[in-house]
Amino acid sequence: MSTQDIASLVEAEEGASLWNDAWLRLKKNRAAVTGGVVLVVMVVLVLLTPWIAPYSYEAQNLDLGATPPSAAHWLGTDIFGRDLLTQILYGGRISLAVGFIATAVALVIGVTWGAVAGYVGGRIDELMMRFVDILYALPFMIFIILLMVVFGRNILLLFLAIGAVEWLTMARIMRTQVQSLRQQEFVEAAVSLGLAPAAIIFRHIIPNAIGPIIVYTTLTIPSVMLLEAFLSFLGLGIQPPQTSWGLLISYGAETMEEYPWLLIFPGAALTITLFSLNFLGDGLRDALDVRGSKD
Amino acid sequence: MSLLNVNDLSVSFVTRNGTTEAVKNVSFTVESKSITAIIGESGSGKSVSCYALLGLIPQPPGRVDSGTAEFEGRDLLSLSERELRGIRGSDIAMIFQDPMTCLNPYMRIGEQLIEPLIVHGVANKEAATQRAIELLDEVGIQNPDVAMQAYPFEFSGGMRQRVMIAMALIAEPKLLIADEPTTALDVTIQAQILRLIKALQDKRDIGVLFISHDLAVVSDIADHIVVMEKGHVVEQGTPSAIFSQAQHPYTQKLLAAIPSGETPKSDADRPNLITATNLKTYFTSNNAEEPVKAVDDVSLTIRQGEVLGLVGESGSGKSTFGRSLLRLTPITDGRISFDGIDVGGLDRNNLKALRRRMQMIFQDPYASLNPRMTVYDTLAEPLLLHKIVTRSHLDNAIKELMDNVGLARSFAKKYPHEFSGGQRQRIAIGRALATKPEFIVADEPVSALDVTIQAQILDLLKDLKDEYGLTMLFVSHDLAVIRQIADRVAVLYRGKLEEVGDTSRVFNTPESDYTRQLLSAIPGQSAA
Amino acid sequence: MVRFILWRLLQAIPVIFVVITATFFLVRSAPGGPFDSEKAVLPEVKRALEAQYKLDLPLHEQYFAYLGDLGNGDLGPSFKYPGRSVNEILGSGLPVTAELGLYALTFALFVGVLAGVFAALKPNTRQDFIPMGMAMIGICMPSFLLGPLLVLVFGIYLDWLPIAGWGDLPGDKILPSITLGSAYAAYIARLSRAGMLEILSQDYIRTARAKGLPEWQVVTQHALRGGLIPVIAFLGPAFAGLLAGSFVVETIFQIPGLGRFYVQAAFNRDYTMILGTTVFLSTLIVFFNLISDVIAAWLNPRLRAQFKGGA
Repeated sequence: MSTQDIASLVEAEEGASLWNDAWLRLKKNRAAVTGGVVLVVMVVLVLLTPWIAPYSYEAQNLDLGATPPSAAHWLGTDIFGRDLLTQILYGGRISLAVGFIATAVALVIGVTWGAVAGYVGGRIDELMMRFVDILYALPFMIFIILLMVVFGRNILLLFLAIGAVEWLTMARIMRTQVQSLRQQEFVEAAVSLGLAPAAIIFRHIIPNAIGPIIVYTTLTIPSVMLLEAFLSFLGLGIQPPQTSWGLLISYGAETMEEYPWLLIFPGAALTITLFSLNFLGDGLRDALDVRGSKD
Repeated sequence: MSLLNVNDLSVSFVTRNGTTEAVKNVSFTVESKSITAIIGESGSGKSVSCYALLGLIPQPPGRVDSGTAEFEGRDLLSLSERELRGIRGSDIAMIFQDPMTCLNPYMRIGEQLIEPLIVHGVANKEAATQRAIELLDEVGIQNPDVAMQAYPFEFSGGMRQRVMIAMALIAEPKLLIADEPTTALDVTIQAQILRLIKALQDKRDIGVLFISHDLAVVSDIADHIVVMEKGHVVEQGTPSAIFSQAQHPYTQKLLAAIPSGETPKSDADRPNLITATNLKTYFTSNNAEEPVKAVDDVSLTIRQGEVLGLVGESGSGKSTFGRSLLRLTPITDGRISFDGIDVGGLDRNNLKALRRRMQMIFQDPYASLNPRMTVYDTLAEPLLLHKIVTRSHLDNAIKELMDNVGLARSFAKKYPHEFSGGQRQRIAIGRALATKPEFIVADEPVSALDVTIQAQILDLLKDLKDEYGLTMLFVSHDLAVIRQIADRVAVLYRGKLEEVGDTSRVFNTPESDYTRQLLSAIPGQSAA
Repeated sequence: MVRFILWRLLQAIPVIFVVITATFFLVRSAPGGPFDSEKAVLPEVKRALEAQYKLDLPLHEQYFAYLGDLGNGDLGPSFKYPGRSVNEILGSGLPVTAELGLYALTFALFVGVLAGVFAALKPNTRQDFIPMGMAMIGICMPSFLLGPLLVLVFGIYLDWLPIAGWGDLPGDKILPSITLGSAYAAYIARLSRAGMLEILSQDYIRTARAKGLPEWQVVTQHALRGGLIPVIAFLGPAFAGLLAGSFVVETIFQIPGLGRFYVQAAFNRDYTMILGTTVFLSTLIVFFNLISDVIAAWLNPRLRAQFKGGA
């Protein structure tokens, strides 16, 4: 038996992939971990809401009216006697749903658009990005408001409208990533090996482009939630009988002098969730930033 | 009395991962009116030692553990920040490695140039401006008064380095610390800058501390050489002493790694494998009116089994030529024929089949491997793509490849970032060999590696070439390296072919002026 | 340089055109006009109203008539408030909103840049975490939450500042300006911190130190120039955001500015008001973006020279 054969009996040592490195780095970031945990708790709570909410959503108690936190109602009641905790839970379902779904829409459109533009390059890239530039220049806030006013307030339209704004930045980021990756030597090496473009995109480009996309997606969700809350506050977003955190905050703001808890608790719910998402996103950005160590 | 006397200097870095001792008990001196060179590879501590003198190392995480550095009667290492600031730029000045990033791109040259004088209260703005103009003239910048108003991006690398030198000398320092000032420059420019530094040092009778990794470069200008390895000084002496009677094994290793002329012979009887005829590769861009003529009407043949060296400085088009041969860069005009097949006219399937036969090794070992693929995956990809082996034999094929390039088999599941530069290059070579190609383009394969590793990889390439009967196009800017490995040499300048011929012929009796200029710029010709 | 500006202007025009056209047709296609909620009016009165507002013409003729009016700078009469024109209403609201925006932006720039630069000088220390933590709060707390909270604390509990109006009581401009500017102060703080960190790690900063410059000079004379460019580039989008934010802030603090008029017009289906305000605001935003881009480009010497060379 030659030394080579003996060597081959030795198990190949497991390598530490860049994902491993990033995960370890992320775990060390206390703010990010806290954010992640809180987020998961939030999501679980709102998913389980129909089963865990202490009161039914519609239950009103007009005799009770608005009361501060008590044993029966942990966060108090609103002016119709409805339990605030229940309201916040149901509102959270809507707010988080809008956040995740609209972001998902933006993600799919934006990533595809950007990847194609970045990889194909040339004229097509120019055209596609020029389109993005023009849309980018439009004052979207104003248009969304118009859309909401004109076509009424249904949730689907809200998703689409918000998604239509956010996909632009996603496309730009993806394109920049793909473009810069395409010029990297390992992609050239893949070409020189004779790999087909599809294989190159899936095996070489996308795994390396995912980092910033993950970060940006995590940071888009809070942005979208803010947008929904903004519209709902103005009365142009979610409408009763549904509720969202934005709507709850706007009710709370109206009566904040007499019943401050109606403002503070929904506000806290929104702020805490946004905090979590932002800290997590920042943490992800720091963790994924290193492009592999150089000596 | 010495100008600078460093005694028993130790510096370490304290990070979350532990404490690293970068410099251990280092001692050396610099005399005024002379040049002391510190030589070492990466991790030797050469830069850290010198930066510590001026307090330019961030003090957490850096820490000076011991030592003194006597300069003009004062211990630099014990001075306060304020006192050090008074010395920086006026008594001791520094120039750095990469001229492209060392000047503030948002500030005019003149503004930056006069700063040392203004900050140290040596002159007012008018006098300083006048002085700056004189100095620009001295370092060889034409139209210095116009240059004062220019921004750095308007200057080439060599010119920017001259500006840096002017900026360092403007306050008449007694000691100049130069951290690899020519490493990022083309060979001919490097020669100019070295001459300039030497001339200025002579004229002003100052002391120079010259940091470098290149023994050949400093042998021309240094009066005293200090060799460092892993934080220690292993040897010091005059250039002739070092070159002829090196004591320490590391020094000997460094000397051995300097590529020396062992010129292979070329066999004219062998058939041509690759022929490029009137090759033109132009790049058009939206901004410029004229396209960039990277390769401008070059005709070359490469014979089977030979190594053709392609030499040129930056902008010569040598890399583009290699890429054009492999159709990695679209060509604008001309024909390329590989084994009689017209490469330019192939469709996708045939091109893929042809790609099996010609491969490339890239310059940057950090960028040429997919950071998310293990060694196993990287080597498996070409094997599977071209169906070199079936899946059942894949394991063995990969192990064999790793053996051939000198990688331990246990590394198979590791990722690129876990390897050193030399090891990564071995992986890249393994990938290129996987398809058992006939022709390999090696694009500056050793330029990014430490000198001792360079020698190893070159030897590996030579062995593999002999073992597999490869034909190679070896692209490099380093003539000494080319001389060692190439049978024939072609010289490119600004996209045009200057000269081509047997290596020994070209090196001994060059025909073109440019080749002559290039050859005379090779450092290290005064010692050895 | 001139050529660059002209080119960007040229690009801006189709955008504004699209805005006008899209808004026009969107508003017109909405179900329910401004008269629907009114009591039933006699047919002749209705026809007269329609004629005055040109509603009896076919749609595309209304469009061209509107474009013609726009060319004259006439944004038309308000549907909801007879006797007042859109120009008039805009004119009364614009100075208010402009002032609010100016204060908010100044606050945002001042606080943001100081916080960001300060944080960048000692990263990952308390000097960094505290300003950036506050910046995070600014980002995560929307203005319609921050505003009421500030009002609650400073206006009601502490009774230090007035809680509504603009220019009526002393100090009533403070809370609205801070509310509007906070989020942007936060973004600017993060941007300037990132920009400064990037610049401070550059080689030429080391060169400056090696020349003997004191650290404060290194920061102000060398680092700031490059480090603040992202902030300048952000001013365009910030302007658009401030405008949108004013909708909310003016509603909360009952400030008679453009934003509040716009929101009310949206509710009231006041066609011409919506149209006019949208066109006006959009044009402003497009121009502000252009100016901010031009300034950011001009600050980069390489780009500046490219333009001057007439390339």
